[in-house]
Amino acid sequence: MAESQPGPRGNLPPLELYVPEPRYRPGDVVDYSHLPVPPAGQLARPDEACPASETWPMTTDMIRVLDEDDRAVGPWNPGLDPETLRRMLRLMALTRAFDDRLYRSQRQGKTSFYMKCTGEEAIAIAHAQALAHDDMVFPSYRQQGILIARGYPLVDMVNQIYSNRADKLKGRQLPVMYSARDYGFFSISGNLATQFPQAVGWAMASAIKGDTRIATAFVGEGSSAEGDFHAAMTFAAVYNAPVVLNVVNNQWAISSFSGFAGAERTTFAARAAGYGIAGLRVDGNDALAVYAASRWAADRARANQGPTLIEHFTYRAEGHSTSDDPSAYRSAQEREEWPLGDPVMRLKKHLIALGEWSEEQQEAMDRELVEQVKVATKEAEKNGVLGHGLHHPFHTMFEDVFEELPWHLEEQAAQAIRERETKWPEWKGDGA
Amino acid sequence: MTEEAAVSLHDAPTRPMNMIEAINDALDIMMVRDPDIVILGEDVGYFGGVFRATAGLQKKFGRNRVFDSPINECGIIGAAVGMAAYGLRPVPEIQFADYIYPGLDQLVSEAARMRYRSAGEFTSAITIRSPFGGGIFGGQTHSQSPEAMFTHVAGLKTVIPATPHDAKGLLIAAIEDNDPVIFFEPKRIYNGPFDGYYDKPSRTWKGHPGGLVQEGYYKIPLGKARIVREGAALTVLSYGTMIHVAEAVLAEKGIDAEIIDLRTLVPLDIEAVEKSVQKTGKCLVIHEATRTSGFGAELSALVQERCFYHLEAPVERVTGFDTPYPHSLEWAYFPGPVRIGEAVDRLMKD
Repeated sequence: MAESQPGPRGNLPPLELYVPEPRYRPGDVVDYSHLPVPPAGQLARPDEACPASETWPMTTDMIRVLDEDDRAVGPWNPGLDPETLRRMLRLMALTRAFDDRLYRSQRQGKTSFYMKCTGEEAIAIAHAQALAHDDMVFPSYRQQGILIARGYPLVDMVNQIYSNRADKLKGRQLPVMYSARDYGFFSISGNLATQFPQAVGWAMASAIKGDTRIATAFVGEGSSAEGDFHAAMTFAAVYNAPVVLNVVNNQWAISSFSGFAGAERTTFAARAAGYGIAGLRVDGNDALAVYAASRWAADRARANQGPTLIEHFTYRAEGHSTSDDPSAYRSAQEREEWPLGDPVMRLKKHLIALGEWSEEQQEAMDRELVEQVKVATKEAEKNGVLGHGLHHPFHTMFEDVFEELPWHLEEQAAQAIRERETKWPEWKGDGA
Repeated sequence: MTEEAAVSLHDAPTRPMNMIEAINDALDIMMVRDPDIVILGEDVGYFGGVFRATAGLQKKFGRNRVFDSPINECGIIGAAVGMAAYGLRPVPEIQFADYIYPGLDQLVSEAARMRYRSAGEFTSAITIRSPFGGGIFGGQTHSQSPEAMFTHVAGLKTVIPATPHDAKGLLIAAIEDNDPVIFFEPKRIYNGPFDGYYDKPSRTWKGHPGGLVQEGYYKIPLGKARIVREGAALTVLSYGTMIHVAEAVLAEKGIDAEIIDLRTLVPLDIEAVEKSVQKTGKCLVIHEATRTSGFGAELSALVQERCFYHLEAPVERVTGFDTPYPHSLEWAYFPGPVRIGEAVDRLMKD
């Protein structure tokens, strides 16, 4: 029998378990002065074909382009023309307007669930801007901006969120788990980080076929702890896969702060060095820095120089989802005090500083975007909202499990239809 | 699907092969036919696999199509899902079925659900080959039969051949199938059929009709069972290695049993099962896997649901025990002739 409480051995100290604890909990005064925010424009920009090791100093620093005076500075400044900057600003603002409206739709009972990306809009929009239109994205659930940037119809997004009869995914997936093959946007999984090795496999296939398209993938810092992350990094390194692997470090995984993914020990970008691949750490609230880093990594991959791990340092300004109340576990002051600011405001102020934009134009644009989203949601509502009858034909529940319906699913479909006829004797078949 | 037609061409040239050679031949033929097929897995490249199933393929098709992988089943299956999304048709090898668990999430939540969750935008036309089963002193981590873990998953097909001829035709059908297929190879019978008498000298496939393999391309459709032996006294439902053990035991006992090799567990050939049990009135289910929640439980339930009024005795299950596969007591675990014989006696006593 083992002793339940072994005694001390000699003069050895008792072992202690360390359990991370975030700095601030609800009600705490937040002070981010411990958090290093290097000045913009300071980091050198190596050639895209450099040895991976040349990037490693950058994995513990931070690429920043927009400075305190809203100017774009330093070697990472991508020098985008004002028209492109305005387009990015518009897409970021559209993403935010879309999130605000659909969040309210969920609160109004039109769907079961929604997830906003507030504060992280620059990452998806600037990343998409840096890719070729047909590069393949393996997103997590907070990159709706990529779909919006690629021109996917808003009404189709809302149809999916409402799981209605026009939902291209036939009402099968949780809201926001989009799939849009024609837009180079892979089917989103609720099982976290599974898309990481898949993106590497897609990139390997592209290389096997001598294609020119690359793959990019996203995980949160929380799910970078999954084994899939290690699988993806190992495969990407071993096969020098043309892939960009992005970790969005928004500090919080539901209620678990980044310390539970190892952030107290090192940065997420620094993991690149252990695998011998390029790594960049970037101010995720700086659209120009995100663009520059993404473009660098995409060009490197496209030139057969291998994969890059990018950490986008940002803050999840809202709850994890509509099912989450962050006031239960973190200080509301965090959002206000976040030292990297609001990505939409920063890009707006930059354009104004360039003399290419104004507050008036911004207000007019915001009004226009609210209207654009409203029109899309009204249009989608004609196809039904969740739980109000208008859904895909009943038999689609049994389709696509396999390419062909096997006998056991045929039998189960017949059972389901009988149940329906028993419950609603006037039911006349599909659609209602 | 008109595949069996080709098989029944009696004048088609055949060649004696063991199961490894038949699998290798199927892979070779398919790689010639379809440039989108790639093979990845631990040791499958230059070396040709620990069981030699991919021998010579890297040399013939190049390192871009047949290559070694890191020892990471999550990565192997996850990368295969991505490759299939691109449009390739990967045929990964998992070195032992026992090693498949680190890749389970990629298989169960991803590959199996891809067509459904994306409403057909993305599919996972992946065939995962893996040697399974015991009888080679592999201990608990090289002997398992985990097929029931996969038959339980919506969206996966599970295929298990019992002869070289079937292995080739079924593997070709699996590779051409547009859904993910688990292809479990009974490694005890790679080199020859096994009648369960472990203390007798082992046999080769030479002289066994299932070891005569047709040349060239042919398919055996998934979801179609094979009647190994027609009979009237008792129906035996089984697959893989246990087919050969059952054949030997029932021949020895002189019982006119109808032995059905299911070949595909999902989708199951329910017609063949029903027809046979309704004829014989007695059913014996045999598998090497552990008993509780094994595929035998599903078969037994189906027979009871669909053939109850034809049954003259309770359905019998002969299985491995609900323990890990022991090393030194391997043959005490294995559902051999004594365990099968007892069950047959119970079924036939009236």
